[in-house]
Amino acid sequence: MSLRTLPLLFLNLGGEMLYILDQRLRAQSIPGEKARKDEWTDVDRKRVMNDIITTMFNQKFLEELFKPQELYSKKALRTVYDRLAHASIMRLNQASMDKLYDLMTMAFKYQVLLCPRPKDILLITFNHLDAIKDFIMDAPGILNQVDEAFRQLIETYSCLSAGEFQLIRQTLLVFFQDMHIRVSIFLKDKVQNSNGRFVLPISGPVPWGTEVPGVIRLFNQNGDEVKRTEFTTGGNYVAPQREGSFDLYGDRVLKLGTNMYSISRPVETHMSGSSKNLVSHAKENIVPNPLAKEELNFLARLLGGLEVKTPSETGFRLNLFTTDEEEEHAALTRPEELSYKVINIEAMQEPGGQAELSRILGEMEVAEPRPESTEKGEDLLALMDAL
Amino acid sequence: YRREPSVPLRSSSSALYNNLCVLRAGGRPRTCFGAVHGASLSLVTSDGIGFTHRQLPAKEGSSGLGTALLTQAAWCVLPSRVLLVLTSQKGIQMYESDGSIMVYWHALDVVEHPPAQAVFARGIAAAGGHFICVGTSSGSVLVFDIPPKGTNITVSEVLEQHREAITDIAAELGQAPDGAGDVVTADDTGTLCVWKAGEEFTLLGKIPALGCSCSSVKLWNGIVAAGYGNGRIRLYEAATGILRAEVSAHARWIYALDLAPQTGRLLSGAEDSFIHVWKLSRNPDTDEVEIQHCHAECVTDTQVCGARFCDPEGNSFAITGYDLSEIFRYGR
Repeated sequence: MSLRTLPLLFLNLGGEMLYILDQRLRAQSIPGEKARKDEWTDVDRKRVMNDIITTMFNQKFLEELFKPQELYSKKALRTVYDRLAHASIMRLNQASMDKLYDLMTMAFKYQVLLCPRPKDILLITFNHLDAIKDFIMDAPGILNQVDEAFRQLIETYSCLSAGEFQLIRQTLLVFFQDMHIRVSIFLKDKVQNSNGRFVLPISGPVPWGTEVPGVIRLFNQNGDEVKRTEFTTGGNYVAPQREGSFDLYGDRVLKLGTNMYSISRPVETHMSGSSKNLVSHAKENIVPNPLAKEELNFLARLLGGLEVKTPSETGFRLNLFTTDEEEEHAALTRPEELSYKVINIEAMQEPGGQAELSRILGEMEVAEPRPESTEKGEDLLALMDAL
Repeated sequence: YRREPSVPLRSSSSALYNNLCVLRAGGRPRTCFGAVHGASLSLVTSDGIGFTHRQLPAKEGSSGLGTALLTQAAWCVLPSRVLLVLTSQKGIQMYESDGSIMVYWHALDVVEHPPAQAVFARGIAAAGGHFICVGTSSGSVLVFDIPPKGTNITVSEVLEQHREAITDIAAELGQAPDGAGDVVTADDTGTLCVWKAGEEFTLLGKIPALGCSCSSVKLWNGIVAAGYGNGRIRLYEAATGILRAEVSAHARWIYALDLAPQTGRLLSGAEDSFIHVWKLSRNPDTDEVEIQHCHAECVTDTQVCGARFCDPEGNSFAITGYDLSEIFRYGR
């Protein structure tokens, strides 16, 4: 319906994606000196964030984005984020990408639903952009791009009426309709019910410009107030304190759209399995079978771009789940997927690749493939040879 | 009012203004409900024993590109016939009341709209005995002349008083006092126009916007009841445009109003999860307009998007909510 929805959808979903990636990268990062070639360091993390943000705020891309147009389909938008997530050295499996997209969309759906006034969607967007600017504090070049996006947002949206903002919101709600994926952090905070529906509070401050419900005023034919009565509503509302700022800099007041993840509040969906420990990527649980295939795939990727000296040149895989096993399980049980797919193998075959693989196998602390899995392992090795 | 058994829907309801229409078939216990979901309308008929379902899709435009989203649906009860009207991004579809046959299609003229503006039809009401009024996103109101039977529906007039998208249109449900008009149209800025229906519609008065969008409007015995984005309900004299009552009714945007013409009960539903039932009255001696609060209902964790009385006295009502795959019913 509204032709001005896409920039808001894209920037807010992008913001949520960055929050999640930042948290996962931090959770799995190892201090620089101690890190092995396959582990994430702080430098890697910042580089990933910078690369993605640079791509997201590319001037030509933003120009396209801000043109009045209908919303993309869910599938098309998902492809955009796939590309965006892979704009850096980071690699995500299908299952992790699926989960990332689920989390992003549920988070923004929540923000749009609970948004006090439709116009406050702009404040939510500004919250995301403010946080993005923090991520790239050390890179002034990219900061400029983000500020440019800020200015375009202000230019495009400042003059829209409340009714037009409501149309934007309604268009977004059509996009999010029937999505009820449960997110652990929402369930824990009791903002989402176990059936996947969000909790809508009936207390707290009313939106700016709205009165606390409960008063009836009657006027006579001359316009004078002649009677005032009150009624009870059952809600517990109070007047709002102040309005958020719609300027380039300012206190947004609204908390929706700020980063709710942190190291101590991990990113999980409720579908995650029994393993509760936050296992670091290098250490694997000794469990039969399902891991074997996964590890070989991981190695295949490592092999593709691995240089002994500079670990950061490799396409490092990020797992959105607590363990690889969970990621594999999620991929297998995800209804729409047909089969577990290996995507984005860094297909740069080193000369003497086979030897390299053996050497790496020897060096790394990974669970050894079980005898039963030899069949699968052979298939994959054959695959890698063919690359 | 107590909760009664719900009516299941084949799909959930979209967050659109006035997203519920109800048709009571004469004295029979059969009730038909309609709620919009994206590009289709879910119709459910409840006859006390079971439910029958039907889906009506939005008609694609001539280019066939992209899905057309529906904005609203309503039954228009005229003396000669009942038509089911659907409005969408592409145009206006009119069906026989059971949705079985499309009798008329009107495509919206995209050229009329400035480039960056959304194009859609919204706001539906039957008026003046044989007219159906439908609003558009440019602010114009199309008046269709409806013959007693058949498909020979024509555009009788285009009313151009609003400059912003029409949100809702309402026809007089009771007895209009002199000069009070037959139809009221509302737009996104909150401006209300009162009209006299006829071969040529006459503008009787314009109630200026007070800074907030009006999403739903009703007209009864010369009183305009309007629901606004800031949660307020206002009552105006249709004849003079004077404000007679103001209620800080809801904590968030009002999405639907309905009125029971035999008692003056008013129903309001909003994003704040609340439904309120009010009683409107006019003291015949003093000419005072009064509104009282009767009942509050909280639909937990639901943003209400449609609310309708199911009988002319207002003893029962039904509501829809965003993402809700059923219609909740309440009765006394």
